[in-house]
Amino acid sequence: EFRRFSLERSKPGKFEEFYGLLQHVHKIPNVDVLVGYTDIHGDLLPINNDDNYHKAVSTANPLLRIFIQRKEDADYSAFGTDTMTRKKNVLSNVLRPDNHKKKPHIVISMPQDFRPVSSIIDVDILPETHRRVRLYKYGTDKPLGFYIRDGSSVRVTPHGLEKVPGIFISRLVPGGLAQSTGLLAVNDEVLEVNGIEVSGKSLDQVTDMMIANSRNLIITVRPANQRNNVVRNSRTSGSSGQSTESSLPSSTPNILGNLLQGEEESDEEDIIIEDSGEPQQIPKAAPTSESIESLSQIELLHESTQNGFLPSSEMNLNHSAGSISMEYEAPEPGRKSLEEDGTIITL
Amino acid sequence: MRRFLRPGQDPVRERLKRDLFQFNKTVEHGFPHQPSALGYSPFLHLMAIGTRSGAIKLYGAPGVEFMGLHEENNTVMQIHFIPDQCQLVTLLDDNSLHLWSLKQHGGASELREEHRFTLKGPPGSPPSATQVTAVLPHSSREVLYLGTESGNIFVVELPSFRVLEDRTITPEAVLQRIPEDNCNRRSCELVEALREHPKNPDQILIGYSRGLIVLWDLQNNKATHHFLGSQQLENLYWQRDGSKFISCHYDGSYTQWPVSSDNRQPEPLENTVPYGPFPCKAISKIYWQTTKNGLPYIIFQGGMPRASYGDRHSISVIHGSQQTAFDFTSRVIDFFIIFSSDPAAEFDDPSALVVLAEEELVVIDLKSAGWPAVHPPYLASLHCSAITCSHHVSNIPLKLWERIISAGSKQNIHYSSMPWPIDGGTNIAPDPPQRDLLLTGHEDGTVRFWDASGVCLHLLYKLSTVRVFLTDADPNDNMNTLGEDEWPPLRKVGTFDPYSDDPRLGIQKIYLCKYSGYLAVAGTAGQVLVMELNDEDAEHVVDHAEADLLQDQEGYRWKGHEKLKTRDGPVRFEAGFQPFVLVQCQPPAVVTSLALHSEWKLVAFGTSHGFGLFDHQQKRLVFVKCTLHPSDQLALEGPLSRVKSLKKSLRQSFRRIRRSRVSSRKRRGGSGNASEVQEANAKFDQDALQEMELAPVQRKIEARSAEDSFTGFVRTLYFADTFLRDSSRHCPSLWAGTNGGTVYAFCLRVPPAERRMDEPVRAEQAKEIQLMHRAPVVGILVLDGRSTPLPEPLEVAHDLSKSPDMQGSHQLLVVSEEQFKVFTLPKVSSKLKLKLTALEGCRVRKVTVANFGSCKTDDYSENDLAVLTNLGDIQIISLPFLKLQIRYPCIRKEDVSGIASCVFTKYGQGFYLISPSEFERFSLSTKWLVEPRCIVDMPEVTSNNHVHNKSGTENAARKS
Repeated sequence: EFRRFSLERSKPGKFEEFYGLLQHVHKIPNVDVLVGYTDIHGDLLPINNDDNYHKAVSTANPLLRIFIQRKEDADYSAFGTDTMTRKKNVLSNVLRPDNHKKKPHIVISMPQDFRPVSSIIDVDILPETHRRVRLYKYGTDKPLGFYIRDGSSVRVTPHGLEKVPGIFISRLVPGGLAQSTGLLAVNDEVLEVNGIEVSGKSLDQVTDMMIANSRNLIITVRPANQRNNVVRNSRTSGSSGQSTESSLPSSTPNILGNLLQGEEESDEEDIIIEDSGEPQQIPKAAPTSESIESLSQIELLHESTQNGFLPSSEMNLNHSAGSISMEYEAPEPGRKSLEEDGTIITL
Repeated sequence: MRRFLRPGQDPVRERLKRDLFQFNKTVEHGFPHQPSALGYSPFLHLMAIGTRSGAIKLYGAPGVEFMGLHEENNTVMQIHFIPDQCQLVTLLDDNSLHLWSLKQHGGASELREEHRFTLKGPPGSPPSATQVTAVLPHSSREVLYLGTESGNIFVVELPSFRVLEDRTITPEAVLQRIPEDNCNRRSCELVEALREHPKNPDQILIGYSRGLIVLWDLQNNKATHHFLGSQQLENLYWQRDGSKFISCHYDGSYTQWPVSSDNRQPEPLENTVPYGPFPCKAISKIYWQTTKNGLPYIIFQGGMPRASYGDRHSISVIHGSQQTAFDFTSRVIDFFIIFSSDPAAEFDDPSALVVLAEEELVVIDLKSAGWPAVHPPYLASLHCSAITCSHHVSNIPLKLWERIISAGSKQNIHYSSMPWPIDGGTNIAPDPPQRDLLLTGHEDGTVRFWDASGVCLHLLYKLSTVRVFLTDADPNDNMNTLGEDEWPPLRKVGTFDPYSDDPRLGIQKIYLCKYSGYLAVAGTAGQVLVMELNDEDAEHVVDHAEADLLQDQEGYRWKGHEKLKTRDGPVRFEAGFQPFVLVQCQPPAVVTSLALHSEWKLVAFGTSHGFGLFDHQQKRLVFVKCTLHPSDQLALEGPLSRVKSLKKSLRQSFRRIRRSRVSSRKRRGGSGNASEVQEANAKFDQDALQEMELAPVQRKIEARSAEDSFTGFVRTLYFADTFLRDSSRHCPSLWAGTNGGTVYAFCLRVPPAERRMDEPVRAEQAKEIQLMHRAPVVGILVLDGRSTPLPEPLEVAHDLSKSPDMQGSHQLLVVSEEQFKVFTLPKVSSKLKLKLTALEGCRVRKVTVANFGSCKTDDYSENDLAVLTNLGDIQIISLPFLKLQIRYPCIRKEDVSGIASCVFTKYGQGFYLISPSEFERFSLSTKWLVEPRCIVDMPEVTSNNHVHNKSGTENAARKS
């Protein structure tokens, strides 16, 4: 079902009031629901307290899309930043919740309430001495905030110990993303950037690679401080448990693991503005089969047009230049195509 | 799912790739960087030039070129051809000697190094004992005489370089016959010159640096004559008949000496200081050439009055009452005279003077009145004024070619009509497959048109844009204001002139339409000129328009240079390309991109602030678009602000040095204030440099954002007739790509030909694409329904291309520095991409569509992208599937200016600067290959008998 109503942007009120309003609008006064919204990055994020409610309202431009699910049917995993690749599922879950048998979800806390800024990945396939860190630049305004330098490291080779040139982190900018994660430190040796080995590449090449991948940067490092390494569960040992430094640079290609599969397509998409009109993501060339319009959604309309944005195109058919509607073309099933976009640039 | 096929899996494709692609560096065009030695073989008619980096280059008839490189990369000090042989000996500054020969191999001659040798003295002797100062290849072709710093003359056998110790000519042996009161041991220090007697190969003339000259008899191993010069000796030269010789000296004098059998210690015949009486500089080399009419030519280098003209690089020619001091634009390295090489001829009869200066080669015709210069067919000084950009146009229609040549020939009337005198060897390369033009833009506002079809890069025509503007340097600032009766009789020769009057005149972008003869050039101060080829001189007014690229952006201040002032009223233009429209961008920032559509009569231009479209038919500005991000202050302040301040100050101090060098002659003794400022500046520069060095080498990792500076910088402009709005109607369009990864597309409405003057051209923005990786857009291209790049304007009209497929769907290729992306049209959806930087860490510097033909079959060819990266690699990427085909290392990655100068041709060749004065030509194609292929035959030896006799006597001498 689909509802549209307006809300005063400057005085959004409290979450409790909003919750009540939603129940009222949908005429479901006694049903427990889970409220979510899509933010500017296309992520489905929850609204469950005053803070994220205010955040949601303040970032809406100009429409705020709210998704409401019955709490017992809710799919918690739908929320969060990684939803881009799963959105297809999310949406169909929302649409046809009966099609899926839900395992009872153990809710300890709501990690989905927060946007991840970094993560350690591929712990199961990397040797203990290495750490693969993913920095989510797109979610924050923080600068990546680190510097790299040339250096040399000692490797075990068939000819004994050998000094080889390497790339190292030389400085972390206070307050930057890299520093705030606590996963990278000065003098950590950089081994790979988004799955590509850096050995044999110059400092400038590695710099360019990192900047080119900066919106979704995955760095594999050998931390200078090896004491904080993840102690691995014995079950996951197998090949990686035996890995030593010496085996590394040459044998890494086979441990790229899951990072590459998602990577191929998880790139940001470009934006097109047609005829001085609204900016849109540039879709994949594949034809579209279904549209988000059929979904149960609520669009919030702001009275205020302070940003120069007019209300949505559905309300005003004679919309003028500068209006933005968040229309996404839903992808063909089976293709991971609806992707993360970035800041939308207007003229 | 083609894109998931891994390269290298398809054997058919692999075989095809071998038939299509191949990388070769084929030939170096232009003038060798830092030449250091010159040699000439009158026998082969070949000239050799050695350089400070150890290269040796041989030149003969146009197209006959050889190149060799000494492994040591040491400076070549001397080059000597072995008489009557295809061999030469080089002396390097590490005192090593190298024997090179031209050998035929596979139907063509090749230059190969055969032997190397370093003279070794007895153990314990100082290095000076064997430091070679003079080399004389003996006419017997069997030995080499090596004069040294110690005064010893060593004899080495050829080609083995075996030292014949028993034949060494020691100073002691020389001094035996000389009265002691005139000479002592020190008179024989350092051999300055060795000259073989022109008629008697058993006698050699030895000149020692302190002035003693000895005629040595090789057969009897003794000095037959000695000549006591009072001045330090520089060089010697025999008169043709051997009855006299001439010596030149450090004090600027030359002396003639008689050689006769009755006087063993002759007095000088004549001693002259040609530019006396005040102290003069040394005469370092001298020629004495006899002629039929009895008046000899005396030709010498240097000798200028020390105080007033000591800084000139001159060579003087004296012939009877005629005397000219040719004044060269740079230091003279060496020179030679081309004269009758027939040993039987009675006179030298010189025909040409060939001078190798540091920056150019000058040849003077000595046979024609007034001694005019000869236009060299090769060794052009590309850097007469520094090259600022280049543009290549393939396959020029004959008509345009002839018109350009005719315009150029009118500029060359002051050159001699003498055929090129250095004409050894035979060019056996096939005729170039097509006529190609290379256009170079220069700092002084000129565009030079080079014939780049073959091995010889030859200047066809020179275009100057300066006339359109008023510059400070205009009023007759002629350095050559000497009148008729001036002494010395200096005459400026050569074209090298690196001093730009006004850097704003510099040419930055060139676009030539080969079908219509329209030419657009754009420069440093935002000037865009559209020109048309006219076969006659003409005087006309240049239409002038201004394009305000900032439009409504308020509150910005341009801190860069001012725009150029234009000349009011009609301007006289010589035959050739004549400007008829001038558009000046405001602010007058450097033009960063340019496109011309000769069919629609439109020119598009972009700077760091935005871009504009001008209708050169109606002479009307169609639109401008500001691309500036509001926060980008840097772009507004001009090129000379904050980030560039260090660069600027360095550059300025160089300018200052340059300027002070130039002006020192004109106005000596400037104010003392200026020098203080200079000192302060120099100190600042040094501090800045130190600061730079102290900073550790580290790189900041930061995502690009919209707020970065220079995002509005327009990198590329492209005209296309394609489906921009809907898939049923195509229309003219203009595409622009910026440094911030934005692509703008404008729909154009060009009125039909019959109403072209009546209705205005209209433009409307249709699309704007923001690449999320925000890397600079360096290329935009539309592929037609058959995935073939759209043809150039007028290409179809001239039946030189199939008309594009307008039925199928078009595709848009956007090349950024980091990625290649194909989008569908008219609805923009991404179809394919190839990431370069994210995977390889390299960035696109240059990209062009090139057509590759198969060397196996004539009927197969394909279009691919030729890409040069910032690492100096060249990659070939297939169209339309964007698959990497092959990669070749081409330019060193440190050679930033080489990479920046690279230009690709439409048929898979390319050029880049290896020095300010030389283009390296390379080829990626198996089919289109321009490389020297030539043959040097041994001419018939005319004096076989004579040679035999000589060697006979040599042998006898050795036995005795």
